[in-house]
Amino acid sequence: MNDAAKTAPVISIPRYAGLSMRAWKAIGIVALAAGAVTLPFLISNYRVFQFNMVLVYTIVLLGLNMLTGYNGQISLGHGAFYAIGAYAAAILMDRFGWPYWATLPVAGVVCFVSGFLFGLPALRLRGHYLALATFALTVAMPQILKYKHIEHWTGGVQGIVIIKPDPPFGLKITPDQWLYLFTLAILAVMLLAAWNLLRGRVGRAMVAIRDHPIAAEAMGVNSALIKTLTFGVSALYTGVAGALGAIVVQFVAPDSFTAVLSINFLVGIVIGGIASISGALYGALFIQFIPNFADQISKAAPWAIYGVFLLTFVYLMPTGVAGFIRMLVGKLVRRRVPA
Amino acid sequence: MEAFLHQVLSGLATGGIYASLALALVMIYQSTNHINFAQGEMAMFSTYLAWDMINHGMPYWWAFVCAVAISFVAGIVIERVIIRPVENAPVLSVVVVFIALLVIFNSVAGWIYTYTIKTFPSPFPQQPLFGNRFISSHELGAIGVTLAVLVVLYMFFRFTTLGLAMRAAAQNQVSSRLVGIRVGWMLALGWGLAASVGAIAGMLVAPIIYLEPNMMSGVLLYAFAAALVGGIDNPFGAVLGGFAVGVLENLVGAYVIGTELKLTVALVLIIGVLLVKPTGLFGKVFVTRV
Repeated sequence: MNDAAKTAPVISIPRYAGLSMRAWKAIGIVALAAGAVTLPFLISNYRVFQFNMVLVYTIVLLGLNMLTGYNGQISLGHGAFYAIGAYAAAILMDRFGWPYWATLPVAGVVCFVSGFLFGLPALRLRGHYLALATFALTVAMPQILKYKHIEHWTGGVQGIVIIKPDPPFGLKITPDQWLYLFTLAILAVMLLAAWNLLRGRVGRAMVAIRDHPIAAEAMGVNSALIKTLTFGVSALYTGVAGALGAIVVQFVAPDSFTAVLSINFLVGIVIGGIASISGALYGALFIQFIPNFADQISKAAPWAIYGVFLLTFVYLMPTGVAGFIRMLVGKLVRRRVPA
Repeated sequence: MEAFLHQVLSGLATGGIYASLALALVMIYQSTNHINFAQGEMAMFSTYLAWDMINHGMPYWWAFVCAVAISFVAGIVIERVIIRPVENAPVLSVVVVFIALLVIFNSVAGWIYTYTIKTFPSPFPQQPLFGNRFISSHELGAIGVTLAVLVVLYMFFRFTTLGLAMRAAAQNQVSSRLVGIRVGWMLALGWGLAASVGAIAGMLVAPIIYLEPNMMSGVLLYAFAAALVGGIDNPFGAVLGGFAVGVLENLVGAYVIGTELKLTVALVLIIGVLLVKPTGLFGKVFVTRV
């Protein structure tokens, strides 16, 4: 977990092809944003749905990366927070007739509180023990959602069907395209918030606790508070994503939120890149598209192919896709610009 | 009272299965400090191998021994070929490698042997022993084999030079190398032993829960819980933890909440134990040096 040193900020090299690295980065981000906005108008509705899920997963992985990547608390239980967020949105829309956009803050707050509360006992657990405790949460979640005394809320085994929202203001786009843009906007806000949080005082405290808890405490970092808050914020991100996911899929049911989902999230942050904001996007692309791709290669044993992909990624890019790209860029810049 | 006794005894029987898989987990943890998420699937695959051999007319105990031997070799090969390259990688990368192994074994087993549920023979007689009504002779036999494996492992680690070398390699790699222990091979050997113990667990559990590629997912979770409750670095703790989790699961299901939320309550209790004793009931408490 001490790969922070390896993935530390890029050494700023003054100029490359007449522009500073920072300018190149800004150009890259603008190009990416422009591409993301035009994307839904170039591809079929089904693809729009798939990319919409990529955006949703990106939000989850951002949240999980804060907790596991930056703060060093391994969670195998984020599927549970995703489920809570999804159910919060579905119940509010279906039982109380709330508009879809109004459910997001509620899902976020509910998950923040549950994440914070779960973070309290998690303070005492480390490493494998924490992984088991969070895994227990995600394994238990489908059973809890099926519990018969809350069936009138959750719809029991059948789950809840949600109606897809129409684009507002009489916009001439399909509902899928609208939802995609809506999710993109939410993602942009949450991305900005995460970036601000992680590069500031709180972010530094999180990393300090991960790298050396005792030294962090000696420097005056309130370890317990930061750890539980990180748990809460991480759950908040996951919950908002869960709500968005439920609206996009238009359906929630206990068995959509199995342990596999949580494991996929963890795979996503490792493949994308631990403790990296851009890694969330790569990881989301991986967990959305690689299973389908594996299925196309071999119908007989798709998960074996998926496993081989996992192994290949871990061997070839031990610091995740983000780390790999950072290394490539670093080499490129160093070669072209003699120091 | 009789019903209570029945619940306790059948809990002990399933607990024996959790215990044997937990033992395999502890083996790998002791020699490598990793928790192998693929342990259950490896055990499942070994069981399929045994099933295949029995179906081809091999006597049960021969197939049993062959499956254990093949698993031993396979465990070593997996360590050398797949785990070796990520030895120094961050913990999470290793976890992903384990997840990859898990899905590969699961998928390949389903591909070769299909997902239809198969019965697996038991080496123990059909009639319950001693005319009791509470526990079948297979369940009793499974508990016996688990305890025997535990004793054999204890003797191996306690009284043989190789066992001593393995313990040394796990505890302090640098010093072990200095006294001439081949640490890499000790790790591989640990994997081999764990795969064998897993194979035994798989063959013991298969007659009860039937043979299919996903048979181990539930068992593995309880085995994790057992290993952690007992203390991940203590084989005896793991076995005791296994029995405790089995009994607890049954009693909670029968008397407290009903089978609906059985899993949830059992897991909550396990976390409760961990909150009071964060390194498990019999685990070593590590003192961190600053």
